[in-house]
Amino acid sequence: MLWSLYGNVLVQGVLTGLVYGLMALGLSVIFGVVRVVNFAHGEFAVVAMYAAFVLFRSFGLDPFLSMLPIAAAFFVIGYGLQRTLINPFVSRPEHEQFILLVGLAIIMVNGTLMIFGPDARSANLPYSFDSWEIGPIILDKVRVYAAIAALAVAALLFAFFRFTSTGVAIRACADNLVGAAVVGLNVKQLYALTFGLGLACVGAAGALMVTLTDATPMIAPAFTLLAFTIVIIGGMGSMAGAIVGGLLIGIAEAMASVVIAPSMKTMVSFGLLVLVLALRPQGLLGRRA
Amino acid sequence: MNPFTLLARLVDEAPRRALVLLAVLVAVLLVAPVALDRYLLSVFFLIFWFATVGQAWNVMMGLCGQLSLGHALYVGLGGYVGAVLWVKFGISPAIAIVPAVLVAMAFGAAIGWLGFRFGIEGVYFALLTIAFAEVTRIGFDNWSYVGGAAGFFIPVTAGGGSAINLRGGPLLFYYVALALMVAAFVICAALRRSRLGHAWLAVREDPEAARALGINVFRAKMAAVIVSSAMTAVAGVVYAFYQSNLFPSQSFDIARSIEMILAPIIGGLGTLFGPILGAFILTPLGQTLIALVEKIAGRAIPGVNLVFYGAALMVMIWFAPNGIWPWLKKKLGIPEERS
Amino acid sequence: MTTLLDVRGATKRFRGLTAVDNVSLSVSEGEIFAVIGPNGAGKTTLFNLIAGVMKPDAGSITFDGAPSAGVPPHELCRRGLARTFQIVRPFPELTVMENATIGAMMRAADMDAARAHAGEVLRRLDLWDRRDARAKSLTLPDRKRLECARALATEPRLLLLDEVMAGLRPTEVDRIVAILKDINREGVTILLIEHVMRATMALAGRIHVLHHGATIAEGTPDEVTRHPKVLESYLGAEAL
Ligand SMILES: Nc1ncnc2c1ncn2[C@@H]1O[C@H](COP(=O)(O)OP(=O)(O)O)[C@@H](O)[C@H]1O
Ligand SMILES: [Mg+2]
Repeated sequence: MLWSLYGNVLVQGVLTGLVYGLMALGLSVIFGVVRVVNFAHGEFAVVAMYAAFVLFRSFGLDPFLSMLPIAAAFFVIGYGLQRTLINPFVSRPEHEQFILLVGLAIIMVNGTLMIFGPDARSANLPYSFDSWEIGPIILDKVRVYAAIAALAVAALLFAFFRFTSTGVAIRACADNLVGAAVVGLNVKQLYALTFGLGLACVGAAGALMVTLTDATPMIAPAFTLLAFTIVIIGGMGSMAGAIVGGLLIGIAEAMASVVIAPSMKTMVSFGLLVLVLALRPQGLLGRRA
Repeated sequence: MNPFTLLARLVDEAPRRALVLLAVLVAVLLVAPVALDRYLLSVFFLIFWFATVGQAWNVMMGLCGQLSLGHALYVGLGGYVGAVLWVKFGISPAIAIVPAVLVAMAFGAAIGWLGFRFGIEGVYFALLTIAFAEVTRIGFDNWSYVGGAAGFFIPVTAGGGSAINLRGGPLLFYYVALALMVAAFVICAALRRSRLGHAWLAVREDPEAARALGINVFRAKMAAVIVSSAMTAVAGVVYAFYQSNLFPSQSFDIARSIEMILAPIIGGLGTLFGPILGAFILTPLGQTLIALVEKIAGRAIPGVNLVFYGAALMVMIWFAPNGIWPWLKKKLGIPEERS
Repeated sequence: MTTLLDVRGATKRFRGLTAVDNVSLSVSEGEIFAVIGPNGAGKTTLFNLIAGVMKPDAGSITFDGAPSAGVPPHELCRRGLARTFQIVRPFPELTVMENATIGAMMRAADMDAARAHAGEVLRRLDLWDRRDARAKSLTLPDRKRLECARALATEPRLLLLDEVMAGLRPTEVDRIVAILKDINREGVTILLIEHVMRATMALAGRIHVLHHGATIAEGTPDEVTRHPKVLESYLGAEAL
């Protein structure tokens, strides 16, 4: 009886964790290459949530489909943002980058608040409450779909960085900026692509998130924190680390809400964060700077 | 050195024009309430308050270069300690300031120890400060003794308040906050000139070089977070009594932490006048915007002032990353600060 | 003469590379001692070991009679050891005066005394006229002298100078040489790393030659310049 409870919690944690991981992956990729911490990350996730919500409510477009156009749109936005707003800040002090992005985050979250109001919105998919039962384990359909979709997007990104020449060039940029410039890589272009890809991840993750939880503007900073926590636990700039961190936080949160209390789940992730910062500041899969 | 010699020193050595400016400002503000209604008094309260906490935050970031994004933590802690001691034990906030400051300092020291010991810097440290504020918020949300998520209330004592217990109207809080702002300025001016202040500047500029000059970088950073949290906690006590209520979701909110750091950034990081100037610019603009939108739209739209703040931040950091004060100083012909 | 600094068998490895390989040297109170060697010889790393920035993997370092390996830099500075950085590190946003004052305040009774002492040091290094300029606005020679001024303001017994003359014009080199001689005459022991041979010969009483992290010679300038290994691996290469 108890074991089936833990089993279910574990499965739920893993499934949610994969979506978290995708969101964090966006942050990690941007930081790993452009060396800018996207402090508006959670805000982008929330905007994506609302986009998916509106597309569903107005056109009946399922979030599992709308994640594609949303990710595409976010890619374009990210590309444009890096080209115009962020690029001049790449070599500026960290706190100036931070202030720029916090400004953006404040505008985004409060803009959303002005348009949609503070109330939580939920997509209510027709199959929101469907599930499969495998022995004692109950699998929520949406959670499974979301996890599969998240995994698919992450796999695509991994494949891009591994097998395409552009992906390899971006990795070269991340490893050795001067070298990359010397061999004639267009660093600006690659940075913009990376920022676009990072936002595409968070766009897709936001669309998926709408199937799992309600959208409200005020959740944005919590998402930024969540992504940031995951990335630090997994290792800044490590792609696999983001997924591992996401899984870890997903499981930890799910366990904490059952074993301790739902309100304690954030406590547990921060506990993990403090532990990692103290014992292994470079993160589980990170390299020492 | 006793406070009066110190004050005399500051007056002697500060640039003449800056002093004139300051004296005029304080004189005007002292008599201003005769011309201010309740609403304007409350706007000025906010200006002074944000200038105070901005000054406190500036100690950490502007002087010592440590980015804290969780300063709401110290506001909340100070506020809760002051409020609980008053409501539950009848201890006057004038006395409760001491434990309030001590509690905030203990939290600040814990964050600092964890961060600085393990060489956690920049955005990592910033995240740590947010994490502590969040964890504390959740803790207070679940702590029924202080009202939990439903909040903690300071009753408005009937039959007129007493100033020493911070029970009174907007006029009382106007002067209390003005005093806080002036005190924070004087303290920071003294610190800026002190040995510790110079150690902070050195750490901000280049920790490696600072170490080579005999500065214990860890200790300097710890001092910064402790001084800053203490000053913030005092402002926190006053704010709690001004509002007469405390909710964990507001007291420890990251949005408040961010609002607190706007004034020094816009005004000029690491400068003494920056936080004051920033607060005098931002708070009225934000309040005007709120009122204006309410008039036009017929109802309050939450978030407008913050959208404006966000845009102001971006424009500011784009065009004048050092803030307005350094620019203004040049215009006024005030020479660079001497050490 | 008493020994002020004693390095015994100091070794430092970076992954595969042995940057400092079993180096021993000892600097007496009052002398000017130079460490030379081609780029990448391990001179700066040796400095970092002595100044407490890094801990040696093997060997011992004694400063002023007490073991100093692994003692943090700020503590060593208190004990009387000051250093400059090869790539100068002034506090860029602070004024020249503030830079020097920060160095001076460690030993000063109060900030007034620190400022007064900083002023003296600045006069001495010809920086007094630039005292209100921000460090970031200085020219390279001025920055190098500020680097020295700041270290000197800590009133060290041993001054470690890492290539303070590199990149300077001959007249500026002569100016610094004169100043350093002066400082040394007043009792400050100097350990310098140099590339500029002319200045090193003019200043140093003894020279220690490093190559690939290891000692290849030590002696007076005359002895060292005649040493076959030195001619071969360093001076020879330089002359070509
Ligand atoms: N922190 C470090 N990590 C790895 N290798 C280093 C480090 N510092 C120096 N080295 C290497 O050690 C060798 C010696 O360097 P250094 O002491 O700077 O030489 P020098 O000052 O004589 O030019 C060089 O090959 C350099 O690349
Ligand atoms: Mg060197």
